[in-house]
Amino acid sequence: MKRHLLSTADLSRDDAELILATAAELRELADRPIKKLPALRGRTVVNLFFEDSTRTRISFEAAAKRLSADVINFAAKGSSLSKGESLKDTALTLEAMGADAVVVRHGASGAPHRLAHSGWVRSNVVNAGDGTHEHPTQALLDAFTMVRHLGGSGAKPSLDGRRVVIVGDVLHSRVARSNALLLNTLGAEVTLVAPPTLLPVGVESWPVETSYDLDAVIPKADAVMMLRVQRERMSGGFFPTAREYSRRYGLDGRRMATLQDHTIVMHPGPMVRGMEITADVADSDRSVIVEQVTNGVAVRMAVLYLLLGGSEPAVGGEE
Amino acid sequence: MTTYWIKNVSILGGQPTNLVLNEGRIGHIGDLRGVSSDDGVEEIDGTGLIALPGLVDLHTHLREPGREDAETVESGTRAAAMGGFTAVHAMANTEPVADTAGVVEQVWRLGREAGYCDVYPVGAVTVGLAGQQLAELGAMADSAARVRVFSDDGKCVSDAVLMRRALEYVKAFDGVVAQHAQEPRLTEGAQMNEGELSGRLGLAGWPAVAEEAIIARDVLLAEHVGSRLHVCHVSTAGSVELIRWAKGKGVQVTAEACPHHLLLTDDLAATYDPIYKVNPPLRSTADAEALRAGLADGTIDIVATDHAPHPLEDKDCEWAAAAFGMLGLETALSIVQQTMVDTGLLDWAGVAERMSYAPARIGRVSDVQGRPIVAGEPANVVLYDPRATRVVDPAESQSLSRNTPYRGMELPGRVVATFLRGKATVLDGKIQ
Amino acid sequence: MPAHPQHVPPSPTTDSPTSGPQASADISRVVLDDSDITRALTRIAHEILERNKGAADLVLLGIPTRGVPLAERIAARIAAVEGQDVPVGSLDVTMYRDDLRMKPARALLPTQIPASGIDGRTVVLVDDVLFSGRTIRAALDALNDIGRPRAVQLAVLVDRGHRELPIRADFVGKNLPTSLLERVKVSLGGIDEVDAVTIQGPATGEVTA
Repeated sequence: MKRHLLSTADLSRDDAELILATAAELRELADRPIKKLPALRGRTVVNLFFEDSTRTRISFEAAAKRLSADVINFAAKGSSLSKGESLKDTALTLEAMGADAVVVRHGASGAPHRLAHSGWVRSNVVNAGDGTHEHPTQALLDAFTMVRHLGGSGAKPSLDGRRVVIVGDVLHSRVARSNALLLNTLGAEVTLVAPPTLLPVGVESWPVETSYDLDAVIPKADAVMMLRVQRERMSGGFFPTAREYSRRYGLDGRRMATLQDHTIVMHPGPMVRGMEITADVADSDRSVIVEQVTNGVAVRMAVLYLLLGGSEPAVGGEE
Repeated sequence: MTTYWIKNVSILGGQPTNLVLNEGRIGHIGDLRGVSSDDGVEEIDGTGLIALPGLVDLHTHLREPGREDAETVESGTRAAAMGGFTAVHAMANTEPVADTAGVVEQVWRLGREAGYCDVYPVGAVTVGLAGQQLAELGAMADSAARVRVFSDDGKCVSDAVLMRRALEYVKAFDGVVAQHAQEPRLTEGAQMNEGELSGRLGLAGWPAVAEEAIIARDVLLAEHVGSRLHVCHVSTAGSVELIRWAKGKGVQVTAEACPHHLLLTDDLAATYDPIYKVNPPLRSTADAEALRAGLADGTIDIVATDHAPHPLEDKDCEWAAAAFGMLGLETALSIVQQTMVDTGLLDWAGVAERMSYAPARIGRVSDVQGRPIVAGEPANVVLYDPRATRVVDPAESQSLSRNTPYRGMELPGRVVATFLRGKATVLDGKIQ
Repeated sequence: MPAHPQHVPPSPTTDSPTSGPQASADISRVVLDDSDITRALTRIAHEILERNKGAADLVLLGIPTRGVPLAERIAARIAAVEGQDVPVGSLDVTMYRDDLRMKPARALLPTQIPASGIDGRTVVLVDDVLFSGRTIRAALDALNDIGRPRAVQLAVLVDRGHRELPIRADFVGKNLPTSLLERVKVSLGGIDEVDAVTIQGPATGEVTA
């Protein structure tokens, strides 16, 4: 039985379509007077956050509460990396509390995988972002947002033939990893754009194109996703200066003018305005950045419902 | 002292014969008619067993002093005996670091008291393994422990000048610098072999070049100053090439490969189970094949275990938080059988060379260890059943730690007995 | 991966008993053909108008899958008679089902509430087969989270009996006494190939007609 959502690589196209179709139904709930459904009544969802991420935590919390689940927020102060309580002891505590699902955010790649496969907990595990590995629900909400704007009129959610350009610090980005895999599954053609220092070794084996030249690829794009670039990467020598980065890989008004009329601009947040994206772009009509947040709740509701709502999960790739 | 008559045993895989261990030495080989049995004799049926010279490990972490929760000299040498070893070189990265005559003598003495193996302490190259200042190498060499192998293992002597000086300095007492080849800047935060998988798993990559760049530099330094260099735990195909090239030029370089690098590969990291986290990391299948080929053709001189015990909590956690290292003493011979002998790459004489004679020579202990099985030699002998199989159960380990990556795997072969100077440390597969 | 909940196209079988002989050993007979269904829906439309004294404030909500086209057909007949469009929507009850936890998580079906809403209106729930009554119980709960209708009525194409809850239909196309071993299958053009209601049951001949 598949019990966890750890990586978008675990999602078949059928899985991804089911999540997005379910999210589409749940998205309507936001417009109703009573934004609540009884599906997870009596189930306990624990948000286990080893890293601060108020936005992701709130999104999961809203999703679980709208499905009537009991929610426990567990902000673990410092992981075992900093010699705080170990992941294992935290997991055993949650197990003792009777958690049905654990939504985990952790600074170490693979920590959700460990939680799911160590035998420490019986709960379903949802990866809410692990290190530089993956952030599957972010990719799902990005795909959901793209489908709403670009998805065509077919019965099934699909991004067949759509061109998505993901720009920035791919090397350290869990969002880029999850998106590259999921968007490919949904039929999109993904191009990763970054300076060579910020593309991972082995990226040529990913189901994507890569480019070092943003100007060359964005005129054909249907969606442009800008990734956050942390200024400390500069001190790591990944690029010379913030100004040079912005000039070569930032999305500004001049570059935006070369986009097709229907092309949308996305950002998983939090943005570094002036670095990878200028304020006029972030606040333009093309920007769907705020809508991404709204869609995040619906997508996370869909994931929690499909994992927890029935006698066994309807999606997921892990034994 | 008990006299052993080992009947019908195959020495190094040769024709079955009889082997007598008497008064700590190999007394007689061949027909037993006319051999005195006055002192009382214990007979061992050696049918199907292979006799090998007692194995010598050039790379063991015994953790004492300082981390007696992970291993002690006694527990580590019990594990060594179970693996067929009669000598181990104990690495210097203890707490305190083995960088003074006092610490190396303490480790040496603990080994003598335990009595399961000869324990040869490795001395640190630099004070506190800090890579700043040479430790008192001469004092360690002159101590009761007679240190000849010096290593900052766990850390690389990355400063080129310091490495040059160390290589030069140890010539005074015929020492060798065993280098942990890892360029530190290229491996900051590194977690696993850099490749397609590290990118996909989001684990910081550990490029092969970080190892190869240091090896290339060090063989050139060793050539330049005319010193002996030993390369610890070679893990990449490129490293094998470099060492082959250096040997071709006549550089005095020797190299070791670890059993886990011969058998396991980096795809295991996809489990995110840190039982597979080790330094240097598990590499690709092509690398493992190059190591096997290098070991077969002698480019890589020896197998060394890099036995690295860690307590449960240092592995029962997320990958990035976990300690590097895996147990190795009790499984080394089985893995060499599986990867080298059963594949036809090496015969048992070749195994004896790479796991006993050569490591003893490199460590300059071949006066008493790594001796051939002939009459008059010290009775350091392993009896090994290559046709047995076993499923590895960490709970059965003599080590205080349980971090074996072979848990649940079926491995060929079993050590039936180990003799250290005629005294059985293992008999009937049980520690004595 | 368990079998996917099917959402497109839906299975033609609705409201079937959870166990019983499989179709291979079954006999199948048509109890309503297309003209029977047309007549039944026309009659239901008239009964709704009669009961509610016209179409004012009516909202028809079909329960997916086959309740939705039935609601649309009834609305079309009402429009033909009254010359007035009645708002039609759909109401998915999946998350309100009392057996949600007993099966793998199921795909959601569309809920579309007409823009006029349901507050103060008379909602007519439309479904194809009334059986245990549990689906209608779930629908009443779902309605409760959407608004407060003045009244709720129930129209079904077939009432096959075997109620497990105190629920009855206000408008029934055909009462169809059945055995629990039988399955009632509703096919509707647009989703299925033809309009028909058939009963599939064991070939033992003990089934009452």
